[in-house]
Amino acid sequence: MSETVILVGSTVRTKSMNRIDLAFERLRRENMRGLIAYLTAGDPSPDRTVELVLALERGGADIIELGVPFSDPTADGPVIQRASDRALKAGTTFVKVLDMIRELRKRSQIPIVVFSYLNPILRYGFERFATDAAAAGADGALLTDLNVEAAEPYLSEMQSHDLMPVFLVSQTTSPDRLQQVAKASGGFLYLVSTAGVTGVRDTIASGALPLVERARAATDLPLALGFGLSKKEHMQAIAPYADAAIVGSAFMRVVEETQGALDLPQRLESLAAELKSGLAAQS
Amino acid sequence: MATAAPTLPDELGRFGPYGGRYMPEILVAPLEQLEAVYREAKDDPAFHAELAQLNKNFSGRPTALYYCKRLSEQLGGAEIWLKREDLLHTGAHKINNSLGQALLARRMGKKRIIAETGAGQHGVATATVCALFGLECRIYMGSEDMRRQSLNVFRMRLLGAEVVGVDTGSATLKDAISEAMRDWVASFAETHFLLGSALGPHPYPMIVRDFQRVIGLEAREQFLEANGKLPDLLIACVGGGSNSIGLFHPFLADKDVRMVGVEAGGRGEKLGDHAARFSGGAPGVLQGTYSYLLQDDDGQIALTHSISAGLDYASVGPEHAWLRDQGRAEYVNCLDQDALEAVRLLSRTEGIIPAMESAHAIAEAVKRAPEAKGQKFLVNLSGRGDKDIGIFRENMPDLEG
Repeated sequence: MSETVILVGSTVRTKSMNRIDLAFERLRRENMRGLIAYLTAGDPSPDRTVELVLALERGGADIIELGVPFSDPTADGPVIQRASDRALKAGTTFVKVLDMIRELRKRSQIPIVVFSYLNPILRYGFERFATDAAAAGADGALLTDLNVEAAEPYLSEMQSHDLMPVFLVSQTTSPDRLQQVAKASGGFLYLVSTAGVTGVRDTIASGALPLVERARAATDLPLALGFGLSKKEHMQAIAPYADAAIVGSAFMRVVEETQGALDLPQRLESLAAELKSGLAAQS
Repeated sequence: MATAAPTLPDELGRFGPYGGRYMPEILVAPLEQLEAVYREAKDDPAFHAELAQLNKNFSGRPTALYYCKRLSEQLGGAEIWLKREDLLHTGAHKINNSLGQALLARRMGKKRIIAETGAGQHGVATATVCALFGLECRIYMGSEDMRRQSLNVFRMRLLGAEVVGVDTGSATLKDAISEAMRDWVASFAETHFLLGSALGPHPYPMIVRDFQRVIGLEAREQFLEANGKLPDLLIACVGGGSNSIGLFHPFLADKDVRMVGVEAGGRGEKLGDHAARFSGGAPGVLQGTYSYLLQDDDGQIALTHSISAGLDYASVGPEHAWLRDQGRAEYVNCLDQDALEAVRLLSRTEGIIPAMESAHAIAEAVKRAPEAKGQKFLVNLSGRGDKDIGIFRENMPDLEG
């Protein structure tokens, strides 16, 4: 296994490469951009999540963001709000999400980023979260409403368990702040392409490219663009400049439309494949 | 004493460990803009002069301090004094904050206002100031709250506001705040989110408190003038906590003045039946702030219940959490039924019909007064009961027919 220097918080250290880093290294070799697929864990039911993740992986997803459902998802649009509701009604808890990751690890090495609102993780406890998430086989986490200036106990726990802390930046993030967030981030930097909540949109915001350029100047981390990306044309449009596309609501819309249907995995797989086909990097 | 801490919140918006700014990254910049504009306004005498003029000539400040002679005699103990925020234009203390924030919106050049509302009083106050300043106004309100406060929905529409019903979650205040936040992440460039309570991300708890401090500042002066001394006990209801922090804050350095905040005890102690965050909750993060929070073991936000829409919220303003932990203020709760009894009692002894929310504070005064002979209580009557006539009718069948 190769060695690399990774910045976590303000400390520089050397460690074995995490699955997220390996994925981006492979993508660079293949001259491809990454597809990061978001899935709300437990929708339509906790026992189906593993097969859905495997289907996304077969379709070409490079990294999975596994969403812990939350009762009050203030940053999400209606599609993920409803997904979260269904997952909670189906009895999904963070403990069950850990079970899913453990189960998945028996069959796949796809990188997993735990995606959650802060409160469920705060309740679970940062130390216990990092210990259990790492032990289950997760590779990183993104807590949507934990800002970098308040992240300290979380960051050190993530670091001691070799988990990548992923943070968001947006077009409104000031240059100084962008530096600060990039410095605390690991794995990749999540660029919010547009103002607004999560959800499917027709066009990519014009501010996305300038944001990528600013972020590129601030960090060597891979840059993943998300919010509103849902179709192959979006992938083709961002492939020249971003390292990965994050797609969530488009997948969750399929989950919603095919509630419990047997062909749900196939449909997710083909959507992932279609999106991935738009992500060849032009050389 | 140390807990007076007039310098709080700190630079991260924290009151001790509470408060802060736990928000999607995209909202950090608009929150920083709001904080900067507020700090600039705070140092601008012209801003204060304009707000004071509006408070006086538009809202009707100062509000009266009123001694409840018949009620106090009937209870046979402490003297009960009311700070009459119910007499303000629009019927509750909410206008104090809406006016202040509307001036900030104008300073930021934002022409569109969004707000959440529970009981509808903040929505009405916000719709009112938007009419006054010619601003576009959209109010988010839980559909359950729209049902129980239908009169206020009509008032907001009459004032020119668009009222958007929210059906998600418990369809109450919490869900209205979430929906307003979702609007704001897309619209902040031209829109000010006029949050109505002393909660949410920094700088809101500070700004709302500062605009509501006028309650306590006036009351302290009026009480001294009438009694030659300060009150022994302050009592106010606590939903998000804006009227109570407005009353309490100017008295924090008066160490002999005790304070009690009254939360909604609802139907009883079971999770889901009340909004008693301090006795039934644990610290956590909801909608941008770290405070006491009603939640389950998995950190999911619990459903709440109160007969009063304005107290029906799963979290509580972070400064209250700090005051509570410091032992500077005490927090209790009052059952729906006891609040209803207080409505009837105050109506009949003093000719004042209180808002359902404020009745929780009255009930606590009624409970404590008989054992407190020789003491003087100052109760914040944060709003009037006109908006609640429908609820009173549902719950006082003996007065019908």
